[in-house]
Amino acid sequence: MTPEDGRTVVAEAPASASRSKLKLIDCDVHHALRSSKDLLPYMASRWHGHLEDFGRRRPVPFTAASPYPKTAPALSRTDSWPRNGGPPGSDLAFMQEQLLDPYNIEYAMLHLLMSGMDERNQDLGNAICSAINDWQYEHWTQKDKRLKAAIVVPGEDPPAAVREIERWAGNPDFAQVSLVTHAIEPLGRRRYWPIYEAAAALGLPIGLHSSGNNGHAVTSAGWCSYYVEEQHNVALSQQNLAISLVCEGVFERFPALKAVVIEAGFVWVPSVAWRLDQHWARMRGEVPHLSKKPSEYFRQNIWYTSQPSDEPEKPEYLRQSLDWLGWDRLLFATDYPHWDMDNPEQALKFRMSEAEQRQVFAENARAVYGFA
Amino acid sequence: MARHIVAAAGEILPGGRKLVTIRGREIGIFNLGGEYFALLNRCPHQGAELCKGTLIGLATSREPGHFELTRRGEMLKCPWHGWEYDIRTGQSWCDPNDTKVRAYPVTVEHGETLVKGPFVAETFQVAVEQDYIVVEV
Repeated sequence: MTPEDGRTVVAEAPASASRSKLKLIDCDVHHALRSSKDLLPYMASRWHGHLEDFGRRRPVPFTAASPYPKTAPALSRTDSWPRNGGPPGSDLAFMQEQLLDPYNIEYAMLHLLMSGMDERNQDLGNAICSAINDWQYEHWTQKDKRLKAAIVVPGEDPPAAVREIERWAGNPDFAQVSLVTHAIEPLGRRRYWPIYEAAAALGLPIGLHSSGNNGHAVTSAGWCSYYVEEQHNVALSQQNLAISLVCEGVFERFPALKAVVIEAGFVWVPSVAWRLDQHWARMRGEVPHLSKKPSEYFRQNIWYTSQPSDEPEKPEYLRQSLDWLGWDRLLFATDYPHWDMDNPEQALKFRMSEAEQRQVFAENARAVYGFA
Repeated sequence: MARHIVAAAGEILPGGRKLVTIRGREIGIFNLGGEYFALLNRCPHQGAELCKGTLIGLATSREPGHFELTRRGEMLKCPWHGWEYDIRTGQSWCDPNDTKVRAYPVTVEHGETLVKGPFVAETFQVAVEQDYIVVEV
């Protein structure tokens, strides 16, 4: 990259060789459209004129930007802009060079930070989701078999979402179902259950990466002032979402359903689960559909990705959280190319045996996603 | 420790930098208003190529509502997580006691003294009539 400032003389540095011996499964990698026009070839011509004349209708005043400007352009590492142009994550060859090859990645779970689910015009939203999936298949998963896409579904129109899931059912390039997490209602509500029924029947986990806009502040405390707050509050919103799935009884109704909470950390799970267990013991009569303590759903139906890894003064604290949560719950993720990505060789700075490393960096994900 | 000639003095202009490899180590040489500093090209936090980061100033505040931007161009911001380092010392701004990027001594020497050795010219001929940037690694 060219540093942005001043007059510079930069010698090309040799690419550093990988120190990773482990094969990794990276559970959060962001590919990107070079331009929203990339989707047009996969959309009926009816929508081409519509997008030009009317554009998108989302429940926020910003249709092409985030309510909070991020700390880095495109939310990304400044060294992740492809040499051949386009935004970070939009160039497969550069992603191979910067992530997949040097870190010895066996599979990378792709999450596009764009969906048709939060489009108010539902027919357009459905068309955008289908187009995203066609584009992912043709331009990504078919070009590098390490890449596994998520079926992006228009979750506010569950019958259409189920049709989209069934369109890709059995295709090994798609490993999970992706919903926006800032939905119209908390995702545990019954209106979304047909999606969970379809996903559970096919053995597809639902991948919940913070995304979308529903018009509400990201935090229940209102609109925060700073990105430093928002950066953490998105993790809190993921906690709310997990609580909703548990308390509404989603996992009672669909015991085989697997949910992966992505990019929200994992150290919070014990404290949330302890508290819910305590409430449940006193108010069980309100939610008699929960046959188990809430903590059991957190440890049986939900998995958690590692990034952004917490960095306590004593890294051993992370180990203690994991001992409670269960070592089978944590899925390693880089979040490439975003600015807060974790380097597999540096993140999670606590002692792990070789067997524990294999679990966290690959085998847990292999089990959840059913990879051979 | 050996001393390595890494550039002719005019090659790195004020506000500029050059990445060099010395004994297998990538090192960034920075020119801050005519003074030279050298830092290891590796962020101590998670290993990013620190010396490719943006040069920034230091935003400080004595109380909410007031801020100052000082030391423009003297701080280096990591391309990944945005950790800020003082180019003059290699110290992290947020965690100065525990996090420090390796810094190396840099001097400017006249070619006439350099040709006598015991210096290692990395990639180029040293001319007696010029000044050179020398890093001790």
